[in-house]
Amino acid sequence: MIAFPQPLTSVAAPLNPGALMDNVDTDAIIPSREMRSTGRTGLAEGLFAPWRYTNVDARTLDPDFALNQPKFARAQILVAGANFGCGSSREHAVWALAEFGVRAVLAESFAPIFHDNCIRNFLLPITLPRPVLERLAGERLMIDLAEQTVSAGGESHAFAIDREAKQMLAQGLDAIDFTLDQSDAIKDWIKSDRTERPWIYLEAQA
Amino acid sequence: MSRTLFDKIWDSHVVVNAGGGGTALIAIDRVFLHERTGAAALSRMAEMGRVVLDPARVFAVMDHIVDTRIGRKDGTLMQGGEGFITETRTACKTAGITLFDVNDRDQGIVHVISPEQGIVLPGSTLVAPDSHTCTQGAFGALAWGIGSSEAEHAMVTGTLRIARPKVMRVQFDGALSPHVTAKDMALTLIARHGAGGGAGHVVEFAGEAVRALDMEGRMTLCNMATEFSAMTGLIAPDAKAFDYLAGRPYAPAHFDDLYWDGLISDDDAQFDREITIDASTIAPMVSWGTSPAHTIPIDAAVPSGPQRAHDYIGLSPGTPIAGTPLNAAFIGSCTNARLSDLRRAAGILKGRRIAPSIETALAVPGSMAVKREAEAEGLDAIFEASGFEWRMSGCSLCFYAGGEGFPEGARVISSTNRNFEGRQGPGIRTHIASPETVAASAISGMIADPREFA
Repeated sequence: MIAFPQPLTSVAAPLNPGALMDNVDTDAIIPSREMRSTGRTGLAEGLFAPWRYTNVDARTLDPDFALNQPKFARAQILVAGANFGCGSSREHAVWALAEFGVRAVLAESFAPIFHDNCIRNFLLPITLPRPVLERLAGERLMIDLAEQTVSAGGESHAFAIDREAKQMLAQGLDAIDFTLDQSDAIKDWIKSDRTERPWIYLEAQA
Repeated sequence: MSRTLFDKIWDSHVVVNAGGGGTALIAIDRVFLHERTGAAALSRMAEMGRVVLDPARVFAVMDHIVDTRIGRKDGTLMQGGEGFITETRTACKTAGITLFDVNDRDQGIVHVISPEQGIVLPGSTLVAPDSHTCTQGAFGALAWGIGSSEAEHAMVTGTLRIARPKVMRVQFDGALSPHVTAKDMALTLIARHGAGGGAGHVVEFAGEAVRALDMEGRMTLCNMATEFSAMTGLIAPDAKAFDYLAGRPYAPAHFDDLYWDGLISDDDAQFDREITIDASTIAPMVSWGTSPAHTIPIDAAVPSGPQRAHDYIGLSPGTPIAGTPLNAAFIGSCTNARLSDLRRAAGILKGRRIAPSIETALAVPGSMAVKREAEAEGLDAIFEASGFEWRMSGCSLCFYAGGEGFPEGARVISSTNRNFEGRQGPGIRTHIASPETVAASAISGMIADPREFA
């Protein structure tokens, strides 16, 4: 697994010139029609397809879209407003961002499913106040996960992250392997729950 | 110490308190997959050589990209869609997962069939890689949407690692006016408190107007908790919930154990946040823009919002929303395609024809069981006589998957949950509303107030 870079240094691409974009939904990040296989790859081309291309079928780039501009073409950090990643639970949105090369998203707030999908894919969601985001948009930033800071030029801003999420990202831990280490506790819990709530446990299909 | 309903369900599912940050290992009682995002979880699980801990508690359905035309097979109108269906079928068989297949008599939209089958239970935890899993909170379950990786985690370990959310109570006092529905309650909450208003919280819906809703209305209300950015919504189970579920295929025959009586928030339980809405102030609602928060009473004018939303939807501030000309109408989705939804829409459509300007009008039942019940009452004949197409169950055009679509540039009145840019197709302009508002508007050929058709 790919641990989060320590530190991550990249230009921070704003999705919209001027005002920070609110309510960026997962249909915009990766439209359903761009999800063409049951796998997790081959999605970067469909990233932001409705905004990135003037003609989606022909893949004609819209020069006005931030990620199509030379300055931001290799951006590993995105900046947006409130409620980023709202809508569909599709993890394809995070897979598409990761495959494109994005490692962190800075926003005023995140939709909960998208936020957790980021953690599971070692992409760092950082929540910061809007005025700070407005200043950081377009700048070259350094993200230090260990210190929990985002810095640019002379300014440095602390961000919060759940302790376990931080450990997962920093060490590139697979959550399932991590939990499987607690299998004994899970088995014990289920054993006692079977007597407490027998209706939960169903007969296996023939 | 007094606790909320959420606290009680959470506490009773803690396997390990991971320590620090409030993250806990929570037992998951039920996992429900669909072919669109579940297939990704199943394929990764196989690739990693992992197995499902307890296959009897995992279910799957084909709903997202299935063809909804009568006589359907595995083929989809979306190019390449058949692979999702055949791969999901094979993977479910290998893993021993109960599958509601394309032409199963119990097939339907995941959140409609889960209660129909008694898979969701009060006080249980249920997850699905689908954002509208919150619908099932109507039964007093902690049911929420997750990603495919988390679905794999839940299947393989029987648990999820989650940070404890805050708890909000949204109280709807008083009674709804005639022809105002659960959909209008959800849209009013989001319009007044924002599409991010529920962030970080689980929402318990309470109050007289919530208690008065039938189970189908409660599902509609909880369905849109995700549009409020809440982790999920839930409602304390009462006799209506237990009567609905008792005796269903996967539910207990009777809910007479003392356990069920405790599934309520204690009188003096503390919520992190409380919102109160007077239900009598709610009108039929319709969206004007590109976020569910861009929603107004049907007799109001378009307010001033983000320029991008005005440009996409093609409506300027000050324009009355009623009277906006339409090209298409859609009744379906996990929000509003249950029997009572179809009955109320049919009540308006009966003896009337949709306007000539409506090029596409679809009625897509939420499940095959709903379809059969509706047909037994003759609702299919009413829809068809009015000019609506009557379909097989599935998610259909709630979202555009690249196959079937609305006419180019269409403006659609839709009983669905999302009016995002391009959600129902590139350039398609969506107005979300209740099924009766969709029916009234289809007849009028423009956005219309259902109260005028009562």
